[in-house]
Amino acid sequence: MMRKLIDLITSLKLTITCLAAGMALIFAGTLAQVHLGIHEAQQRYFQSFFVWWPQEGRGFKIPIFPGGHLIGAVLLINLIAAHAKRFRWTWRKLGIHLTHAGLIVMLAGGLFTDLFSVESHMRLARGDTKNYSEDMRRTELAVIDTSGDDLDQVTAIPDTVLRHNRVIDHSSLLFRIVVRNFYQNSRLRMLKDAGEGAQPIANQGPGAMIAVEPAPRATAADERDVPSAAIEILPKDGGSLGTWLVSDALGAPQTFACGGRIWMVTLRPARYYKPYSVTLQKFTHEKYAGTEIPKNFSSKVTLIDPERSVNRDALIYMNHPLRYRGETFYQAGFQPDDSATILQVVRNPSFIAPYVACVIVAAGLLVQFGFHLVGFSRQRRSAIA
Amino acid sequence: MKRFLTWIILVVAAGSIAANWLPPKTAKDEFDFAQFGKIPMLVGGRVKPLDTVARNSLLIIHGKQELRLEGGKRLSAMQWFTDVLFNAPVADQYPAFVVQNAEVLGLFGWEQSDRKYFSFGEFAPFLKQIDEQGAQSDKLEAVQRSAYQSAILNLRNGLALYQRLKNSIQPEDAQNFAAELQTFMKSVPGAAKAARNFEMGESFDKAKLNDVAQLVQRYERLSEMAYVLAVPPLEGSGDWHSVGDSLLHSIGTGEIHPVVVEYAIIGDAYRANDQSLFNENLDRMTNWFAQEQPNATKRTSFEFLFNRLQPFSQSMTLYVLAFLLACASWLGWSQALRRSAFYLLLLALAIHTFGLVSRMYLQERPPVTNLYSSAIFIGWGAVIVALILERIFRDGIGAACAGAIGFVTLIIAHHLAGSGDTLEMLQAVLDTNIWLATHVVAITTGYSAMFLAGMLAMIYIVRGVFTRSLTKQTADSLARMTYGVVCFATLFSFVGTVLGGIWADQSWGRFWGWDPKENGAVLIVLWCAIILHARWGGFIRQRGLMIMAIFGNVVTSFSWFGVNMLGVGLHSYGFMQKAFPWLVGFMLSQFALMCAAAMPLERWRSFSTSSTSTQQARPRIAPAPSAG
Repeated sequence: MMRKLIDLITSLKLTITCLAAGMALIFAGTLAQVHLGIHEAQQRYFQSFFVWWPQEGRGFKIPIFPGGHLIGAVLLINLIAAHAKRFRWTWRKLGIHLTHAGLIVMLAGGLFTDLFSVESHMRLARGDTKNYSEDMRRTELAVIDTSGDDLDQVTAIPDTVLRHNRVIDHSSLLFRIVVRNFYQNSRLRMLKDAGEGAQPIANQGPGAMIAVEPAPRATAADERDVPSAAIEILPKDGGSLGTWLVSDALGAPQTFACGGRIWMVTLRPARYYKPYSVTLQKFTHEKYAGTEIPKNFSSKVTLIDPERSVNRDALIYMNHPLRYRGETFYQAGFQPDDSATILQVVRNPSFIAPYVACVIVAAGLLVQFGFHLVGFSRQRRSAIA
Repeated sequence: MKRFLTWIILVVAAGSIAANWLPPKTAKDEFDFAQFGKIPMLVGGRVKPLDTVARNSLLIIHGKQELRLEGGKRLSAMQWFTDVLFNAPVADQYPAFVVQNAEVLGLFGWEQSDRKYFSFGEFAPFLKQIDEQGAQSDKLEAVQRSAYQSAILNLRNGLALYQRLKNSIQPEDAQNFAAELQTFMKSVPGAAKAARNFEMGESFDKAKLNDVAQLVQRYERLSEMAYVLAVPPLEGSGDWHSVGDSLLHSIGTGEIHPVVVEYAIIGDAYRANDQSLFNENLDRMTNWFAQEQPNATKRTSFEFLFNRLQPFSQSMTLYVLAFLLACASWLGWSQALRRSAFYLLLLALAIHTFGLVSRMYLQERPPVTNLYSSAIFIGWGAVIVALILERIFRDGIGAACAGAIGFVTLIIAHHLAGSGDTLEMLQAVLDTNIWLATHVVAITTGYSAMFLAGMLAMIYIVRGVFTRSLTKQTADSLARMTYGVVCFATLFSFVGTVLGGIWADQSWGRFWGWDPKENGAVLIVLWCAIILHARWGGFIRQRGLMIMAIFGNVVTSFSWFGVNMLGVGLHSYGFMQKAFPWLVGFMLSQFALMCAAAMPLERWRSFSTSSTSTQQARPRIAPAPSAG
């Protein structure tokens, strides 16, 4: 039994099955991007253990195909096991060993990146300084205690909690927060424009004049969800202060008083704070003469890191990112009127893996096919002779 | 006869090519369009010869680089373009706009007949309607547009381009433009004085001010409409301007740019049908450019030559010829025909290479920058590898593959060129020669090899199933070639894909983004890996290898074209609705071949036992080679 199992997981048939399943999955996942958008299709097909059917909640779902993580993991195990079992050192097999060692590095690196890399954005208008970047896919409810003399105390509640925990009770807050509604994506409209029968979901602040309509998740690459929620503030000494509408679409934080302090509350993209700050000096957007084709975008920034006594200027432009303290800043986009630059900030501890893997595999393939070619031409020569 | 056949074929082919390369002569009493076509202008961010602008504009509007008038007279792109620039009322009557959609014709109350070309004059009453309809479909993504919506948008864009062209060098209603400019310059100082007096509240000459104000308005409109920037900077490096801009600028400097003056005289001469004045001033302008813009002139002269030679259509003809010769060599006179095919292919490859290198020189870029150039490069790479195979095996198979792939890829390129300039400027993110030279070249070389492997397999199956010409020896060498080419494809596809990942990591911090084009590339790598492992594991033999190599064609064509048709992701440059049925047809034909190959061996004509072929000729299934 054990032997059969070992035979199976080290077999070439399993390799081929996995590769074929991978092809089918990638093909289906690529077609699915047309309707789901790249991000959603990626999550359902590639960053999952199973592809489920039906896609939308109908009370039941069944796995219909192995997902990217499962196929990748089986392939990785198969690769390592087969080589552990059959490994014999000979020069003739050098190419094969190198190729597969490189593939192991690549697959493992890919898995690692999937699990640990973090992508976020930093939007800077000219002269802006920021010491945080924002996650475009995750949201947080920030509750700010402004009573401190020179420091505000921020309590950030991630969207995963907002979605599931109906009552939020945190020791740093003098009140409990009850999440009345949470919309992953929504559209806000003034009540008077929203038509008959529209009801506000809040009774305090500007939210009392706004109707919220739920919207389907954004699928296009350049769209993002506008999350909204209605929250009720219940002071811990009893009573209710009312319900506020918080939304990514509302600009400034809203204020209220509780327990003798002034609080601010806002729903915003989740923030990652950094021990250093970035200031935008200048954003340049060049076009080719007489056309609208972009020629180059560049952002001149100043990097200030008191901990390491760094204070320097850097130019970030297409294909030339800035790497600093494990994070990389890329020129990702800009505001349509060129008023602000958008930098993509990536922390990826395993970014080096594909580079190493590429070199190893390419060397392996060259050696392997080189052997074939030499053998082949020797055969031909002896055949002709 | 046989001995000389090779040479006869080669000399005839080379002679017909050489005849094409000889420069045509212009008679003294004709407009010198060849000279005019070399004048540099800046369009789409690139300095190009007027001839290129003429050809591309006509291609966008008309779908061809030549215009046939009623009565059978043909107009070259240059002749048409000169009329558009200088003699708009005449050009308005040329049937240049192509409309085939019945619904679009119905919009104007016209019935669909055998006529598909219409003149600007015919559309003139409907311009507003066309603009509104076009604007509506412009709001949609290309994928969502119906045939009517695409057609009306095309028409609208063509008409807009045409109107801008008419107002690029002079206002379309200009009569005596040189004289108009002189009056303008003479009245500017007086008008300036009048304007000063007006501002100071003193008495001023209202008539003088009004005259100039009208002209200024006229030139402002000209500057807004201009499609081409025809006026070069006076100092070597500076910005190019449109004629309208330059004239507005002249108000400040008090001088008209010499090129504007020359264009005005040339235009007037053209309208007056004065060939010698036209040619004389054209010479002056040419000399001016040669002196002031030597680099631009050198480049545009070369591009003009490149346009005239049409190297890709010449090599296309040679490829077909070579393919036919190679196929014929399997039927008889094999050595002589095969050798002629080989030499013809070398000639075709030389011309193909000339075209490829010329494009690189003109664009100052690595060979592949868009879909069009990828087709050119895929053909080029596959022809080279196939010729190497032919040199080694000397059995006409490599030659047949080279001819077929060279021809088909160039035909594809020809149809991809319909959207205008194929030497367009690159988006900022692509503006890096290192990655274009490595990632893109490796990927496209991988495509070449995949198609070559597929072609070899097609020859194996067609000859095996439908003819008796597949001997054991041929079958074995085909199998070896296919296997070798698949190995080659694996190497390049893999390296190319990973280099793409590294580029992505360099430019937006994501090694892998599951973009459709990336997925397409990895599908090829996976398929190569499956073929190789299946063969090493002994799961497939000769026939299996061939069937899988043909499926490689399907995978590669999906990766090359199919993913672009999805309209998602960063690589979706150029959505090609028209190509969709062709792609599907190609894939179906490949599946049909795979089915034919899957028939039992007894049904293959080459292997059937009922045939008279001896047992010897029947290929025995070779044992799979070891994984080593």
